[in-house]
Amino acid sequence: MLTLQCPYCGVMAEETELSAGGEAHLKRFGPGSTDADFETYMFMRENPKGVHFERWRHANGCGKWFHAARCTVTLEVFGTYPAQTSVPPADLLDKIRAARPGFKWREFE
Amino acid sequence: MSEAISALAGANTEGFARVSELGLHGMITVRGNQSDAAFAKAVCAVAGVDALPAIRKMVGTLEGGIAWMSPDELMVFVPYSQVVERVGQLNETLAGQHFLAVNVSDARAVFGIDGAAAREVLAKIAPVDLSPEAFGVGDLRRTRISQIAAAFWMSGEESFRLVCFRSVAEYAFKLLGTSAAKGGEVGYF
Ligand SMILES: [Zn+2]
Repeated sequence: MLTLQCPYCGVMAEETELSAGGEAHLKRFGPGSTDADFETYMFMRENPKGVHFERWRHANGCGKWFHAARCTVTLEVFGTYPAQTSVPPADLLDKIRAARPGFKWREFE
Repeated sequence: MSEAISALAGANTEGFARVSELGLHGMITVRGNQSDAAFAKAVCAVAGVDALPAIRKMVGTLEGGIAWMSPDELMVFVPYSQVVERVGQLNETLAGQHFLAVNVSDARAVFGIDGAAAREVLAKIAPVDLSPEAFGVGDLRRTRISQIAAAFWMSGEESFRLVCFRSVAEYAFKLLGTSAAKGGEVGYF
């Protein structure tokens, strides 16, 4: 059972209180963008064996969207953080570097 | 004017705890900046309480109280007969500010779960730690009970109050009643 702490209400929410929202930190390419950028935004996703950054929503709870960093192999959760950011917090990245030396996820390593 | 009635007109059932639909209550969903002093003052005045609830808390009662629902959402409880007037009062006091107040009284149902083992009734159907050390009087959770969304808080040592959407009131009542049925005691807490 996956348990994530909601950074808004502090609840240690188990997965039946949550809904998954896919990959985190996508940059949107909308009208006016090139076909290649739009295709990448629309379809291309990381599929890591290891560290991953995701969006989750505390759906059966406070209703807020947040981010989570976890390992897709061990299901270890490195941390959660609010949605109002386009990059993971520095202290969380430090923690992941310590736990998974040499990890790389998009531009983060 | 037609006569307003609650979802289940006060239905109740007695198991190892008592489950009752509690009739009509005035409920106002209020969204806004809880750290704004003017906002807090106006909402507290409408509910008749001294201060906004802390995170995951309920202050006051169903007759005058406020439940914490999210960082920018509160549920204000007032007598059903006064809810329209109180929404008007909020709109007047906070005119010009960024906020939202909506009367949801007829879109929600309110239940009571009472009895020495009331904790068990909810512990069986919600993914919440309801042990006495983790959940006490005034504590509130917005979560799910089995397949529906609900918010509940501990209103006394042996009682809970629960709010859900009116459209699923019958499901909630049967679910709570089944969880509280005699023979279903767990005796864990
Ligand atoms: Zn939450």
